Parts: sequence; structure tokens; C-alpha cells
Amino acid sequence: MSERERIQKQRSERASNTASEVSVDATKGDQLKADLDDLLDEIDEVLEENAEEFVRNYVQKGGE
Amino acid sequence: MAIAKVLGIETEYGIAGGPDYDPITSSSIIVNAYAQQGRTRINWDFDGETPEMDARGRVDLTSFAPIVETHLANTVLTNGARLYVDHAHPEYSSPECRTPLEGTLYDAAGEEIMRRALGIANDSLDPAQAITLYKNNSDGKGNSYGTHENYLVRRDVEFAHLVRAMVPHFVSRQVVIGAGKVGAETEAALEFNPPFQLSQRAEFFEEIVGLETTLKRPIINTRDEPHSDPERFRRLHVIIGDANMSQVATFVKLGSTALLLAALEEFGPLSFPAQPRSPVHAVRAFSRDLTLRESVPCDDERSRSAWDFQDELWHVARDYVVRTGASAVAEPDEVELIMTQWREMLDGVLDDRDAVADRVDWVAKLRVVNGYQERYSLSDHDAKLRAIDLQYHDLRPTHSLAQRVGLRNLCRDVAVREAVHNPPFSTRAYFRGQCVARFPEQIVAANWDSVVFDLGEGPLQRVPMLDPLRGTHDLTSELLETSATASELLDALDR
Repeated sequence: MSERERIQKQRSERASNTASEVSVDATKGDQLKADLDDLLDEIDEVLEENAEEFVRNYVQKGGE
Repeated sequence: MAIAKVLGIETEYGIAGGPDYDPITSSSIIVNAYAQQGRTRINWDFDGETPEMDARGRVDLTSFAPIVETHLANTVLTNGARLYVDHAHPEYSSPECRTPLEGTLYDAAGEEIMRRALGIANDSLDPAQAITLYKNNSDGKGNSYGTHENYLVRRDVEFAHLVRAMVPHFVSRQVVIGAGKVGAETEAALEFNPPFQLSQRAEFFEEIVGLETTLKRPIINTRDEPHSDPERFRRLHVIIGDANMSQVATFVKLGSTALLLAALEEFGPLSFPAQPRSPVHAVRAFSRDLTLRESVPCDDERSRSAWDFQDELWHVARDYVVRTGASAVAEPDEVELIMTQWREMLDGVLDDRDAVADRVDWVAKLRVVNGYQERYSLSDHDAKLRAIDLQYHDLRPTHSLAQRVGLRNLCRDVAVREAVHNPPFSTRAYFRGQCVARFPEQIVAANWDSVVFDLGEGPLQRVPMLDPLRGTHDLTSELLETSATASELLDALDR
């Protein structure tokens, strides 16, 4: 196998390790809406208890 | 001819909690927790860091060069990345990657590394002092921290051409890759009282071109620190980007930008759309415009919306792909994936947002914000909505909303776990990461373009890596496999 072929083979093997199938499902819109409703049903269990205090206390120093 | 678009992303994470609520202490705890988990700590080498160098060839005395802090926790990982404390944030700088997909994988690995560091750190802290981390870019109170991309660009591309070609992209790409934000926080944006913006970062930009990153942030940053042979390469340091939770958005951010830079190298700036007459006004106005239809006057007397810009830029990229194959950016399959995802996201944000809510961060976030607001009849500026915004970016699986909105993954979990430990094969990061993994006792320091060995006798030995495409798996794996010691490796490199 030539050097170039070997590189290409390795590349494509690695790519297939990382990329999963990206396909579009026709029923996705309805599913998304149902999922959003489910999320909104349970979101209060996930959200910080005291939103006011949580938001107020989240203070960062500028970076970069 | 376009050159290989070696690229990477640096992310400063928002941090809260900790023993004394001091973000510098907490950031150090995070970095040290990860660095000391059974591995030798290897320091970052600051030799060669020149953040004051200006790509325009002169230093503007009215602007302040960034300060490099050398005393804070700072380490090099076996995957070739740098993990350190930057100002008051823990930062992960990904290893150099050869393609947008690889860059996305190593950005995801950075998230996983931060999550692991958080777990280790919090195991040793009182629960009341637990630290939390956020992959976002602002605190909602006027303080912003960055997610920067880096791209290898040919040195002989005129800087003015880079500005001319890339400003339209940098002001408009937020329509597909913005991370979304509830409300506003700078004087300039508060004036308009927007309930929601496309971008976390847009309102913080005040200049078109400049050297700074923390004050008067410019759309095009001129930091000229190539971390490679300065005669051949430039590193375009892009500071105008949001931290994405969506892997597809990260992929399209890297892919679209890399394709446009390659198109510029190949064909020059003339095929690019004209710049907005006032780019700073444009980037802010676009961020507030959820209709995506507000247009701004451009240098060619036409008016364009952010969507119009992206549509034209997509065609510039398409033309480059058709005419050259775009091998400077990736293999054909990956290039095709960039183009189709970019197109679908662009069409979706205009016509069918639900169809892209699994990929576009601002759409995914806005759906939850709007849904929650409607369900409980809240005002636009209710603290609950801001909490949703923050928790979209929370790294803890128990609190993350991004993990609950149905975002589509691009990288398999197993690949991310491997990338936490192993460097990409495709750049010099392979050699750096492998050296750190194999010879931790003999390496005293490393940075982007060199590794420094201490063999115990004689002077320190620096192995320079001025070409990002040398030091790859293909070029060095045999050498690394057959060298039992650092000394053997250095002898072999000398031959």
C-alpha cells in the first residue's frame, strides 16, 4: 500500500469512528414537540431551586 | 493553493462555587484535580508566546496587549491539549486538529475532561462548597469570557484581504451557530431591551479590527502568534464565537469558517459578499433580530440580512468545493457533511425551526425558554428564564438542559472517551501527546511548537515542532514505538 493510500485509509477509519449517521427523520417535528412538553413537565426538578438567587449569584470575571 | 486548515478551539468555562467563592482558587482546584490524577504534571512552556505581536505589523499603543499569567496552574495533557487557568476561568485548549470533525471531537473531549475534573474536585470538597462549571460566554451582567477558534492560514494572504473576506461571515454566522441568550447586558444592547438574542457574544464587540481580547473586543483579532514557522504560516485567532453545546453547530462553525478561509487562499477576496458598512452595528443588530430579516447597508450599495450573508457565503464555499474538492479542509465525505448541515441549518432557521432544534443551539434554547414562559405566563425578564439560559450550559449531567433538549450527537461516546486520553493522529499534537504519555518523567515543559526534555544530565533539550503537519502518527509512531527511553528518542531524532 502506498504511503498516500495508507494515510487515506487511516483517515477514513478514524472518521467512521467519530461520525455517526446524520439522517433526518420525517416524524421528528411531532416527536420534538412531545419531547419539549415532557421536558417542561420535569424541568422544575432540574432547575436550581431559587432561580432569583442562582441568577444573581452567577457573577464571572471577564476572561480571554 | 489553499493549505491544510489545521484548527482547534480554546474554551474558557464559567465557574461558580468553591471553598471561598474565589474563581481563581476554584479554577486552580479544577485544573490541579485533573492534572494530579496519577499522572506527572508537565508544565506549559511560555517561550515563544508573543501575544503582543500584531498581525498588521505594528503595535497600536492605545491598545493593551493581553497579559500572559505564568504563575497559575497550567498543564499539558496526553491528548495534546493544554488545560490551565486563564484569568479567573479554567480553560481547555484543544490539540491541533486536521479537520472540522476532528476539531469537534476534541472539543467534546474537552467538555468530558472538565466534567471529570469537576467530579474529582468535588469529591474532595464539602458539598456546600461544590464547584459548578458552565460552557457559556457571559454571566448576564456584562462580563464575558471567550471561546476562540484557531485556523492555520498562509502567511502571504494579505491581512486586509482576511478582513475583507471574513468580516461578513463573522458578523452573520450567528444565525446558524449562535448559542442564544436571554436578555441583554451591555449598555448598547440594553437600550433595545431584547427578550432573547441569537448570540452570547455579539453585544460585546466594539471594533472591527484590533489586538485586544478583553476590552474593545474586535470582530477580527490581530494577535500574530503563529506557534509555527512565521515565514509560512499565520494563525487566525477568532474571538467572535459562542461556546456551542450542539456538536453539529461546533462542526459547522469550524467547517464553514475553514472552507471560507481556504476559498480565500485559493481565489482571493473578490468572490465574497461586500462588508456591511458598519460591521459592529451589524453584528449587534443581527443578534437581536429573531426574524432574521433585518438587513444592513453594505459597501456595494446593497442591503443584506445575516441570513442573506450566510446564503451568499454558502455559495462561495460551494463554488470552492466544486472547483477544488476542498482537500485542504477534509476528505470529500466530511466536506459534503459540512455543506449539507450548514445548508439545512440555514434553511431551517428561516422556514422550519423545529426541524433544526436538534442542531442549532439558539433554537433549542429558545424553544425551552418560550415554552416555559408561555406555560407559566412569565415576563420576558423573569429570573427563571435566565436560569434556563445558564443551565443550558451546565456541565453537570444532573443539571444540564442541553443534555435534555434532544441535541443530535456527531461524535460517538466511545470516540470522545478515547480522545480524552489520546491525541489526534493528524498533526504535531500526536507527538506532543505521545511524549507526555510515554516519558512524563523526562519532559519538563511543552508548548504548541516544542517539547523540552530533561534527561538528568547535560542541558535541557528542546525538540522544535514548527510545522503543525509534522509530528503526525504517520511520521513519528514508528520512532516512538521503537524508542524505549526519552534518550533513545532524542538520539533517533538527531539521526
